Amino acid sequence: MSAPTKGILFRLVERARRRSAWLFHFNAGACNGCDIELITCLTPRYDVEQLGIKLEGSPRQADVLCVSGPVTRTTREALETIYGQIPYPKVVVAIGSCPATCNVFAGSPVIDGPLDRIIPVDVYVPGCPPRPHQIIQGIAQAIERLAEYRATPAGGER
Amino acid sequence: MNAWHALFALLVFPGLLYALPMGWLMLGAGRKLMARFQGRIGPPLSQPFYDVVKLLAKQPVARVPAEKWLLTGLPLLAVGAMLGALALLPVFSSETGFVGDLVLLVGLLELPALCLILAGYASRSIYGEVGATREAALSIASNVPFLAALVAMAAAAGSLHLSQISVATPWLVRLPALLTILLCLPVKLRTNPFSLANAEQEILAGPLTEFDGRQLALWELAHGLEWVALTGFVATLAVPVRSPHFFFDFLGFVLISLALVLLLNLLAASTARLKLWQATRMLWRWASLLAAVALATAFYLTFYLGHGGY
Repeated sequence: MSAPTKGILFRLVERARRRSAWLFHFNAGACNGCDIELITCLTPRYDVEQLGIKLEGSPRQADVLCVSGPVTRTTREALETIYGQIPYPKVVVAIGSCPATCNVFAGSPVIDGPLDRIIPVDVYVPGCPPRPHQIIQGIAQAIERLAEYRATPAGGER
Repeated sequence: MNAWHALFALLVFPGLLYALPMGWLMLGAGRKLMARFQGRIGPPLSQPFYDVVKLLAKQPVARVPAEKWLLTGLPLLAVGAMLGALALLPVFSSETGFVGDLVLLVGLLELPALCLILAGYASRSIYGEVGATREAALSIASNVPFLAALVAMAAAAGSLHLSQISVATPWLVRLPALLTILLCLPVKLRTNPFSLANAEQEILAGPLTEFDGRQLALWELAHGLEWVALTGFVATLAVPVRSPHFFFDFLGFVLISLALVLLLNLLAASTARLKLWQATRMLWRWASLLAAVALATAFYLTFYLGHGGY
């Protein structure tokens, strides 16, 4: 039995996915600047829990993978493992300039990034660090892609 | 209790038809209240419903069959046990129950915690094991005073009938016993300051770290039912009278349950998570003391003054 792909049930699922995105935050060698801004989104000032978003401790329970940092050589394997552990449907948000372009670390021998060389990225949120507004907007865009996900009848992925 | 009566209790009230939306309402109200106490707006009340729908629509992770059956069977058992426990609650005066239904109810109330411990170990994740160990230690520390308080109430009422216990227990015993049970309530529901087993972020997701999609949805369901059953249990024990009209019983049951949800969330919002030794010491000291008072009063009343049925 797989998830519905059309009809009233799919519309309910779509609505539920839009209103209940659980994040998993992965630090791939970030300087902690983007991490602080991401945590800021949960505080009373920004309060993303209004949108049903919450930080989840386990990748098995997450829908959105938020990656910060330029993906160093030591974090690459963990990143791949964690990406594999998140069940479909899933989306990846690259938070900050580091996962998008490697930022000031570009060309370093210990960097395996940028992120899209390792796992598929859905939304980039540029900035060093990006403001919480931008992160929330990026996650909202990612959630739209999450809601429209339809598994192909053969069970393949998008 | 005839078969139709039992079926009604299991499927309609206080069983499935009542407990499912009520469980979602309690979980949703919990998150909303927590947000309001912290100065946030918080998610809508319907949030747990959407969470469950979303989880059901996730693609299952590939597992070997034995693991799949085990990880699905444990939350299913927890859901079933909670529905059974709910069906035994004596909400109305017409529900006479049967001899020993207290024993069955306590057994059923304990099952979800046991399932959670087994699930933590069965998932073979180190975080799951740490969570399961904490849950086991806390469940021993909370169950001794919890059961002692119930034994005190049963001894004072002279009966193992739930309906008689809730009506006949004198207040001298009922008050310390209820306080003990209230102290054990956040432990059993794993809310702050006793949220050690599922300590989110600290040990990832605790015993549920390896659970995904549908199995996690079942756990959420079991947790919602746990809220309804435990608050309902306290509500039936706290009110010694049953009105002839069922509507007032129903109203009192629901209102006391919801008041307990408010109380527990206020406690959760105003405290931080305790360490394991702090939590167990608190339970062994204060909850056990209250339970001992309840037991001593109960035996004094029954054996020296000759109240009660023995």
